[in-house]
Amino acid sequence: MEAEIENMIIAVLSGKGGTGKTLVSVNLASAAGASTYIDCDVEEPNGHLFFKPENVQEETVSVLIPVLDDERCDGCRKCVDFCRFNALAFIRNKPIVFEEICHSCGGCMLVCPTNALSEKEKVIGKVQVGQSDQVKVYTGILNIGEASGVPIIKRLLSENSLDERKLTVIDCPPGSSCIVMESIKDADYCVLVAEPTLFGVHNLNMVYELVSLFNKPFGVILNKCLQDENPAEMFCIEKNIPILGRIPYDTMLGTLNSNAKIAVREEDQYREMFSSLLKTVRKEVLRETVIDP
Amino acid sequence: MKQLLILSGKGGTGKTTIASAFIKLANARAYADCDVDAPNLHLVNAWSAEPEKADYYGLKKAVIDSDLCIECDQCRQNCRFDAISLTDKYEVNAYACEGCGVCEYVCPVGAVAMAPSVDGELMLHFDGKKVFSTAQLKMGSGTSGLLVTEVKKRMRSVEVEAELAIIDGSPGIGCPVIASLRGVDMVLIVAEPSISGINDMGRIVDTAAKFGIKIAVCINKYDSNIELTEKIERWCADHRLPFVGRIPFDPDAVRAVNAGKTIVDVDCISGNAVRDIYQKTIDLLFEEGAG
Amino acid sequence: MKIAIPVDVKDFESNVCESFGRAPYFLIYDTETKEGTTIDNTAAESTGGAGIKAAQIILDQGIEALLTPRLGTNAADVLKSAKVAIYKTMPGSVKENIDAFVAEKLPLLDEIHGGFHGGGDRKHDNSCSER
Repeated sequence: MEAEIENMIIAVLSGKGGTGKTLVSVNLASAAGASTYIDCDVEEPNGHLFFKPENVQEETVSVLIPVLDDERCDGCRKCVDFCRFNALAFIRNKPIVFEEICHSCGGCMLVCPTNALSEKEKVIGKVQVGQSDQVKVYTGILNIGEASGVPIIKRLLSENSLDERKLTVIDCPPGSSCIVMESIKDADYCVLVAEPTLFGVHNLNMVYELVSLFNKPFGVILNKCLQDENPAEMFCIEKNIPILGRIPYDTMLGTLNSNAKIAVREEDQYREMFSSLLKTVRKEVLRETVIDP
Repeated sequence: MKQLLILSGKGGTGKTTIASAFIKLANARAYADCDVDAPNLHLVNAWSAEPEKADYYGLKKAVIDSDLCIECDQCRQNCRFDAISLTDKYEVNAYACEGCGVCEYVCPVGAVAMAPSVDGELMLHFDGKKVFSTAQLKMGSGTSGLLVTEVKKRMRSVEVEAELAIIDGSPGIGCPVIASLRGVDMVLIVAEPSISGINDMGRIVDTAAKFGIKIAVCINKYDSNIELTEKIERWCADHRLPFVGRIPFDPDAVRAVNAGKTIVDVDCISGNAVRDIYQKTIDLLFEEGAG
Repeated sequence: MKIAIPVDVKDFESNVCESFGRAPYFLIYDTETKEGTTIDNTAAESTGGAGIKAAQIILDQGIEALLTPRLGTNAADVLKSAKVAIYKTMPGSVKENIDAFVAEKLPLLDEIHGGFHGGGDRKHDNSCSER
């Protein structure tokens, strides 16, 4: 049984930035001993600030961008008119490609009657792999100005990063956009991080709808909890969503976090808190897979 | 009418809590929520009547007519986004479809059409005296800059007597933020005293500066890291950016918001700090000459 | 020569539009015939690349100069490649700006801002971030 639980892939999501998604992902991965942490928040990756990985190896990620063969182009303009993203402009009788706007759909090449367009690779970002104690850290970085982080997430989650023998924690981008959907595709279980406030519950609802749509088993961790009754808790009760844990509002935790320190590695009390949270998550995943393998 | 935009870079800094307090203090008659991915402003600025709703259309998405489809597989082979799959028939996954139109082009029998796709919903509240414009982007939708522009346009489309409009901006640093910035007179940046928060703040200041807009900075939950708070204040001084105040972490703020109130509706330390920041911000906004 | 100006309404007395890429209309004015026509800016509805499309629209009208309060990098790239001169408008009506242009009193626009995705030339002072 233990071996089965070990290889699970957990995606950590939140409706909005700042709720504690990175806090939870980074600390869960650290509490697990040997594990893999994958930062899919490619527009604003933060996990590596905490892990400070060593022996970092880097690989660029590219997409294909059209290239014009001037000689073959007869200025018919079909490519410019076809592009729905406005990535081509027709200037002085030749099309010019705006690489950052291009979505790499390959359409312009297909419509060109003279085969004047071919493709070249363009680097849009990179994937870094490093080690931080027992955690293998994958970081995806999208270059500023690029249109879509999806190709980076696809590379991050490809075969080699999903090590069957270890727990994998995926730190997802905030929100419920297409890059979030890409990030949770392979997850066995989703952890939704929410703040126990009126805003928090509204944002929780968004990711709740997303994971429901994808039929992923999920549970909620409430972060920055105060003593009072809160709307997020009530929401979970109403919708029968398991509350995996409650992280209290804690200035020490907040300060550690703002200084990019991994709580689990700094103080025993946090090591215990996140280990216990991890145990709960594992139990939940097991329960879910038994019910619905 | 002067437009004040409130931005934060990172999400969760308290931008909306502050924006709602400003709206209350100014008794603003025009305001907008440009955080279209996760709009929250309406939760503390409750309107009793239903808003005027309008669909927001993004890029058209491909739709396959299975009656015409001859299952030649050309569409799926040419789709670079893995958006077409064959289950019992050929289907386009609307969430993955990027609207490029290649499948429509390659289909030999015209079975694929690009159809309008509702990517979100716009909501406009107006009672004759005040206007509140907001929107919600649908799950999975990629672009939101255009929706942000629409939200602001709708706020201005209505005749109200207002000297000041307050706009709760988008988090992040990309396309929706640029759209939020366009045409405003001043931006108040709510910074978070954390390493990632400082990073984001720098990028926003950079972007806002290019628009030639007045900029002011404040810090929320400053007591979560005094050292970084002081670092931010020094950075502002070095870059000659007006620093308009610090707000402490305040559990009463959470309580007020959970009860659907703003922090200036109750007596609390964060509310008092915000009153001061509000005054300083407004003074800067209406001051002549500076820019 | 033909010049273009982004406008909010189809009226000479209207003020110049704040935005180029998403202006609702463009006024195309011929300085020789002193006639102007307004055309719709279909780029305003684009989800992306609006600046590029808008620039293409006015280019296709055969303009040689653009008068605008501001411009993003993408639109600027299109127009500069096409050797279109870009002038900075002053606050005021379209008519005032055209007169100023004809009298050679309008300055060239040099502040080009980053576009939708924050692309373009950004000399960012990184002293505040520790990344």
